[in-house]
Amino acid sequence: MNMIKKLMKTRKDSVIAFSIVIVAYIVMQSLVMTGGLSRSLSGMLVPVCAYIVMAVSLNLTVGILGELSLGHAGFMSVGAFSGIVVTTALADSIPSPMLRLAIAMVVAAVFAAIAGVIVGVPVLRLKGDYLAIVTLAFGEIIRNIVNVLYIGLDDRGLHFSLVKQNFVLNEGGEMIISGPVGVSGIDKISTFTAGFVLILVTLFVILNLINSRHGRAIMAVRDNRIAADSVGVSTNQFKLMAFVISAAFAGMAGTLYAMNYSTVTAAKFDFNMSILVLVFVVLGGLGNIWGSVVAAALLTVLPEFLRAINLNDYRMLIYSILLIAMMLFNNSSIKQRLLERRRVKKDLKAEQRKGVA
Amino acid sequence: MINYLITGISLGSIYAIIALGYTMVYGIAKMLNFAHGDVIMVGGYMSFCATAYLGWSPFMGILLAIVVCTALGVVVERLAYKPLRNAPALAVLITAIGVSYFLQNAALLLWTSNPKTFTSVVGDGSVQLGTLQIPYVTVVTILVCLIIMIGLTLFTNKTKMGTAMRAVSEDKGAAQLMGINVNTTISITFAIGSGLAAIAGVLLCSAYPMLTPTTGSMPGIKAFTAAVFGGIGSIPGAMLGGILLGIIEIFSKAYISMELSDAIVFAVLIIVLLVKPSGLLGKSVREKV
Repeated sequence: MNMIKKLMKTRKDSVIAFSIVIVAYIVMQSLVMTGGLSRSLSGMLVPVCAYIVMAVSLNLTVGILGELSLGHAGFMSVGAFSGIVVTTALADSIPSPMLRLAIAMVVAAVFAAIAGVIVGVPVLRLKGDYLAIVTLAFGEIIRNIVNVLYIGLDDRGLHFSLVKQNFVLNEGGEMIISGPVGVSGIDKISTFTAGFVLILVTLFVILNLINSRHGRAIMAVRDNRIAADSVGVSTNQFKLMAFVISAAFAGMAGTLYAMNYSTVTAAKFDFNMSILVLVFVVLGGLGNIWGSVVAAALLTVLPEFLRAINLNDYRMLIYSILLIAMMLFNNSSIKQRLLERRRVKKDLKAEQRKGVA
Repeated sequence: MINYLITGISLGSIYAIIALGYTMVYGIAKMLNFAHGDVIMVGGYMSFCATAYLGWSPFMGILLAIVVCTALGVVVERLAYKPLRNAPALAVLITAIGVSYFLQNAALLLWTSNPKTFTSVVGDGSVQLGTLQIPYVTVVTILVCLIIMIGLTLFTNKTKMGTAMRAVSEDKGAAQLMGINVNTTISITFAIGSGLAAIAGVLLCSAYPMLTPTTGSMPGIKAFTAAVFGGIGSIPGAMLGGILLGIIEIFSKAYISMELSDAIVFAVLIIVLLVKPSGLLGKSVREKV
């Protein structure tokens, strides 16, 4: 009976949370329609969506699986560039941009998942800070390789090369990715609606995963690997599963993100991007998926807000100070005391009610 | 060939000096201090300001950089890291990232993003060794690194403070029971690490004379890699890791590919960690149930 109640409660909670997301979408969309949103803010809608998906997927690795990853941007990069190649290659055969974007995202997810397996199999054998540094290294390697990657399209199909000199396209061929210059002239087919749908899909999949048998196994691995191992949970397999799913969603977010800009370079998906997303996850609360959503949205808009109130020069400085202050507050005795006081008040009220009854 | 080797050792020496800061702080406070790379940048700017604006001698410039960075390290530790001593590791990591953002953006406001051209503190000449021409910067870098290594090894092994540091890094609680002031020890570790970062900053800018607010981040990450490479927490490991990393970087730049050199460095790191999961000289700790 208790179990069912609990289950109903989690379901009710997620229904409420999902409806909040939907309402937020409708409000934002109507603001865009009526022009109630400043130009810079409406330009940020798609990146915000991409960051939310990134944060939620990273939370799966860092919060639920409990392994610090510092190279999440690498998977985003893989997804972004494979998505670009797919949309360019399919430009003639599939005219509908929405469908093209969807296919690109699926392909991006597959490629990012493959990258996730390649990175995950060796890496997840390591522990703690060593694992973190290796994910960082992989992120940098992916960025470095994309930086020298040349991909072009002509009537003979797609061409790949890591060296510019021996890269020749047929007459009428088109460069898609040209090394450090990156990609330019992208069809900007990402829309806020597409981003919103991606968020919903991500939340649906990841929340269901967490509340499933597999999710509980993953959390058991996080809480005590040896204990989980001893009761027959295959730790390596579950670790890899969480890692790969996280990578796949990062890939989709990458496609969404890239298709919002006309030029994209590999340098965009560097260590700082990984850190940015990690900040969202930690501030939102480890393992708290909705916290990631809120933190990603707020922290992306915050610098823009500071720009709007004429603190443009100082906005990143203020951002960093706020970041430090929030971390200090989160772990300080003040917060403990506040929580304590609230609990005492609650207890008092409950007692009073009991007394009345 | 030998030329490349010497350039590699020189670059590696800089990495080693930075990595020492990382590894000492990690050994004692068990935290990844991501702001360490930005302390290098501050050191570079301090020395630049002293020589270019105040007209001080290069030596005074280095001294100023060391003093400012040491103070900065201690202040940052007191304000940002000390309140988090018992917090989860990730909270400390994010705070360190916040400090890193802060330093970069403060530098951006103070000195703008225009690159400053750093005048080498050692002068331009070079030493003639047989057929080899070795720039002064390279010679000085390697010498400074050697001196620091010897000094630091003596310090940690022979002095009272060094013993206290090793004790704190082994077991904080037990060290405290033995009458060691843990907070002072950690502060001094940060001071030494930041002072070393200042020296590394001046050397780095002398060898590669372009100074921007983000100068420190890439060498910071590389040095961090070097520290892990050698086994994080181990001082000889950081030295070995730094120098090997420098040599690998220069050789892959020279013989394999200019653009892929970073990827190769990181790939070597991954391979080493897969074979020896706690780095070259790191101690492997057995897991207790």
